[in-house]
Amino acid sequence: MATQQTATAGRALVSPSVILLFIWMIVPLVMTLYYSTLRYSLLDSDNWAFVGLQNYASFLSDPDFLTALFNTLILVISVLVISVGGGMLVALLMDQPVFGLNILRLMVIAPFFVMPTVSALVWKNLLMNPDSGLFAWIARSLGFEPVVWFTNWPMLSVIIVVSWEWLPFASLILLTALQSLDEEQKEAASLDGAGALSYFGYIVLPHIARAITVVILIETIFLLSVFAEIYVTTSGGPGVATTNIPFLVYKQALLNFDVGSASAGGIVAVILANIVAIFLMRIIGKNLEG
Amino acid sequence: MAIKKSAGQRIGVTILAWVVAVLIFFPILWTFLTSFKSELDAISMPPKFLFFNWTLENYVDVQQRSNYFKFAFNSVVLSIGANLVGLLFAVPAAWSMAFAPGKRTKDLLMWMLSTKMMPAVGVLVPIYLLFQKLGLLDSLFGVGLVLMLLNLPLLIWMLYTYFKEIPNDILEAARMDGASLINEIVYVLTPMAVPGIASTMLLAIILSWNEAFWTLNLTTSNAAPLTAFIASYSAPEGFFWAKLSAASTLAIAPILILGWFSQKQLVRGLTFGAVK
Repeated sequence: MATQQTATAGRALVSPSVILLFIWMIVPLVMTLYYSTLRYSLLDSDNWAFVGLQNYASFLSDPDFLTALFNTLILVISVLVISVGGGMLVALLMDQPVFGLNILRLMVIAPFFVMPTVSALVWKNLLMNPDSGLFAWIARSLGFEPVVWFTNWPMLSVIIVVSWEWLPFASLILLTALQSLDEEQKEAASLDGAGALSYFGYIVLPHIARAITVVILIETIFLLSVFAEIYVTTSGGPGVATTNIPFLVYKQALLNFDVGSASAGGIVAVILANIVAIFLMRIIGKNLEG
Repeated sequence: MAIKKSAGQRIGVTILAWVVAVLIFFPILWTFLTSFKSELDAISMPPKFLFFNWTLENYVDVQQRSNYFKFAFNSVVLSIGANLVGLLFAVPAAWSMAFAPGKRTKDLLMWMLSTKMMPAVGVLVPIYLLFQKLGLLDSLFGVGLVLMLLNLPLLIWMLYTYFKEIPNDILEAARMDGASLINEIVYVLTPMAVPGIASTMLLAIILSWNEAFWTLNLTTSNAAPLTAFIASYSAPEGFFWAKLSAASTLAIAPILILGWFSQKQLVRGLTFGAVK
């Protein structure tokens, strides 16, 4: 139908957004690339020089970077396993005929709406504090020594907090996918005498496979940039035990004022995220055709 | 239900489901309860669950000592303002992609989505330095601009999927009757798209309200929203759990309620239409 006139109008209407997003994406990225080739400290900002790839060399050979990369991967993978595995179980449970499903769903999705700074501080103080936190009380009641969470198990503590934030997301998406399963298919499976396991393996899993993939990819993108939870609980410590790539870049840029090195770190983060993004875009692109 | 369950099984599953749901919800409930305790009751061992002297003093304190309303005001202005401005750009763009698609429309949509995938740390340094030069650090305008740009791809995407569901014939009929393009968008499309626009806004507001990378890094006091306000309780001197709980309850309650209303749209928006 698109007449010449509507086509022109269409271009005119879409271009403000395109221009804005283009500027938002390209200009800072090019600047980051440029800065990443400079020796440039905000403490001594007149004395800058072009150093080529030296920042990358020093950033990549910095032991803190390797730790941060390792921490990033541990955080992403652990939270994925816990939230997607747990979310799957929660979704399967809620898909059963239970009383009060609407209220249950409200409770399960709630943590997703809690801002990261609140979740992190509530968990750190009210629940995980070794003296008067609730977990300490439970441990003592059962006759155990309370765990000193954020001091002795800093990474695990961060993983627990972030998993609590993302479990609801996985549960909600997977439940939505489960509920779109055909009643007839369910009926046919039960008529054929399929057991619970083979029913799950042959009917349910293939049906929700795409939803699982989407959850994994979207969570990965967000989990690669976890920042606030670390910022308010451990500040990346003790030492660099909970420093991930975003936190390391933040530290280099805004605490050490090392623009060059921080920019090189930023580019590394962009490359990491892009590897995931390519897969996600393929799936969503396919959906657009269908 | 295909696989028939006996009443006993159904009750068993229900109990299990409630236990799991209450466990997941518990940290929020606990925060809420703690916010009504005195500081002494908040750290008492064994913990007091319901039988303590309920008090509102923490809520009064939070406002008096740290001016909660200023931060709440910033959160409201940032999350609603940024997305309203975003809507001004997104509605026309989504209209054009849904109703006057060109050869490149699909690529354009995918490209917009890809901007969402860029990690914030990748552009932290230049944005920070630019904002410093332009005097935009700690300004509502500066942070609002970033929040608007962060959500713009999502706004366009969600609106696009909603617009696609509106029958084209209606728009063509309006065109036949000689409606101009602006009239078509304002008087024909928008009223039909109100539910879609509303749920898009709901999700966008929730995301902006909870955004905690840029709000923490670009604000200090003037433009600081609730995310930054709560972060100030991480300092050792802020070691008051009842007050932290009251501040937290105030910070999450409005968005929790909005979120509960937008569950369905949430799935669609957060998966960019990949799961409906």
